Amino acid sequence: MSLVTAHNLTKTYRAGDIDVPAIKGVDFAIAPASFVAFVGPSGSGKSTLLNMLGCLDHPTSGTLKLLSTDIATLDRKAAARFRGEHIGFVFQDFNLIPVLTVFENVEYPLRMVLNWPAEKRRDQVLRLLAAVGMSDQADKRPDQISGGQKQRVAVARALVSKPKLVLADEPTANLDHDTAYRILELMKQMRDEFGTTFIFSTHDPKIMGEAEVTFSLEDGRLQNGGHRV
Amino acid sequence: MFDILGIASRNLLRYRRRTALTLLLIVIGMVAVLLFIAVAGSFKAMMVGQITDSVLGHLQVHRKGYVASIDNLPLNLNMKPQMAAKVEEALEANPAVETWSPRVKFGGMFSNFAETTSIRVNGVDPAREAATTPLLPGRMVEGDKNGPLVGRGQIVIPQLLARGMKTKVGDTAVVVATNRDGSVNGKTFVVRGVLEGVTGPGGRDGYVHIDDARELLRMGEAEVSEYAVRLKDFSRLDQSSGQIKVALENASNKEGKPVLEVHTWAELSPFANLAKMIDLMTLFIKIMLISIVLVAVMNVMMMAVFERIREIGTIAAIGTPPSRILSLFLAEGLMLGLAGTLAGIVLSLAAIAGIKLWQPTFNFGQQQGLVMAPSIAAGDVLAIAALVVVVAVIASLQPAWKASRLDPIQALRHV
Repeated sequence: MSLVTAHNLTKTYRAGDIDVPAIKGVDFAIAPASFVAFVGPSGSGKSTLLNMLGCLDHPTSGTLKLLSTDIATLDRKAAARFRGEHIGFVFQDFNLIPVLTVFENVEYPLRMVLNWPAEKRRDQVLRLLAAVGMSDQADKRPDQISGGQKQRVAVARALVSKPKLVLADEPTANLDHDTAYRILELMKQMRDEFGTTFIFSTHDPKIMGEAEVTFSLEDGRLQNGGHRV
Repeated sequence: MFDILGIASRNLLRYRRRTALTLLLIVIGMVAVLLFIAVAGSFKAMMVGQITDSVLGHLQVHRKGYVASIDNLPLNLNMKPQMAAKVEEALEANPAVETWSPRVKFGGMFSNFAETTSIRVNGVDPAREAATTPLLPGRMVEGDKNGPLVGRGQIVIPQLLARGMKTKVGDTAVVVATNRDGSVNGKTFVVRGVLEGVTGPGGRDGYVHIDDARELLRMGEAEVSEYAVRLKDFSRLDQSSGQIKVALENASNKEGKPVLEVHTWAELSPFANLAKMIDLMTLFIKIMLISIVLVAVMNVMMMAVFERIREIGTIAAIGTPPSRILSLFLAEGLMLGLAGTLAGIVLSLAAIAGIKLWQPTFNFGQQQGLVMAPSIAAGDVLAIAALVVVVAVIASLQPAWKASRLDPIQALRHV
């Protein structure tokens, strides 16, 4: 049983009077607890695909199912709810909320999206902070920690609501080589610990080697059917 | 809700200088409005109180047509005893009426045996007049303020007349008046006191005993020119006036038309227009406050949304419902409004207390050295506070709505 299935998926943007196809009929399936990379050069359609997988954008045609839900049909509110319950996000620029502490950033989805009770929230956040090795930085603000630490916090925030899927768009692009590898190791470790599927995009050939399944995108088309490393 | 307010307050503190400037604008606006209301309101209340409690009473009852010719003090429009009795009966029966005072008003000549000048005189029942216009004895600048206002054979004269005629308490003077038949009569009085003038009709009248007035005017029967009425609750003036009008409607002439009319102080004194002007100015000042708060808060909130587009994209992407994003920004406007209101109230009350301690004086017409004693009702403070908070939230509505409707993808791409 696949976690994600895409069938004949297309996405076309309108730029003035011109239609610009970004994704041109792709089919793929991703199993639960996978560690998947969408790779390809800039403009190949990686981010567009990840946006559709994250219920942030609608396909122009085709079907896209996540957890047996056709996410292409979700309206704005339903999509937000679905994201909050089932999908975690890790961003290239970390995107932590600057006025919140590390603890509060990780706590945010449980508090503001899922409305968990305080005690349950606290236990889960402490567990995740310990898992990413940031327990001792819990009271710091994002501007008081390094880039690698920020991304660890971002990974913890993505996982805190126990999502089935974490999407990471170029998660290592703003990190140095060693830190990038450590973050990928952390993500794998989290996948092993929580059984969460990680899908990330990258155009860095060294990083893509860390994925267990790689989908190569070029000009909006998949070049392989999901190459298992 | 607490979470939202907590995050909102942290976001406001994030841009301390901008938040402080916006708060300063709100505070200045609030202080200006509350001070204006306190000073103008107190001035209005003082002047209205002085006019009603020392001259006019809260309302007056006249024979129909009297007020239209009041400058002439027409003796032929006095109420006859039978009509006066009806008025007194109606006033006694009305529970809203605290007390009333009959007056015989006339114009005459005042002579100190060396000079002669014109004078307007009220013949009053001293006890009833003091109860109906309790501030009247307080206007006595010469003579004993205590004791009956005026006794038989005594006259209380206005200050300007006393000054111009060089007349003082204890002097003897003659008042000469023409009665309704055209015959002239004079009567000697001893000056009992000198009254400070006040703004408005009757503010520079003299006072004699009502029996002396009737004697001077050779009235065969106890006529009354007007009844000054004091109500138990001044705030119910219009309702009480209406009730008295209804009660007096049965007094009609042969054609069935009413022969009595009731006027509130506002219909008798030109100061009522000034009071209306003060109310209008207060309204404009409030509109200015609304504009200041609206522009200041809207500006700061629009900037907040613009600068935090990526952040909004992030929280939207991780599943924050649009309604909660809307609440987050509305809460910032609310916090701005609340903080500005609180600081504004504290500073305004401090300024009002400071002015009270300082006791600045001002002149109004002939009245010199009036002490400014601003005060503001809790209701006014709460109303302005509520206005500012509501306007602050309304001003945040458009930026907050925009934030909640942002497309997460576009927002995350924003540089």
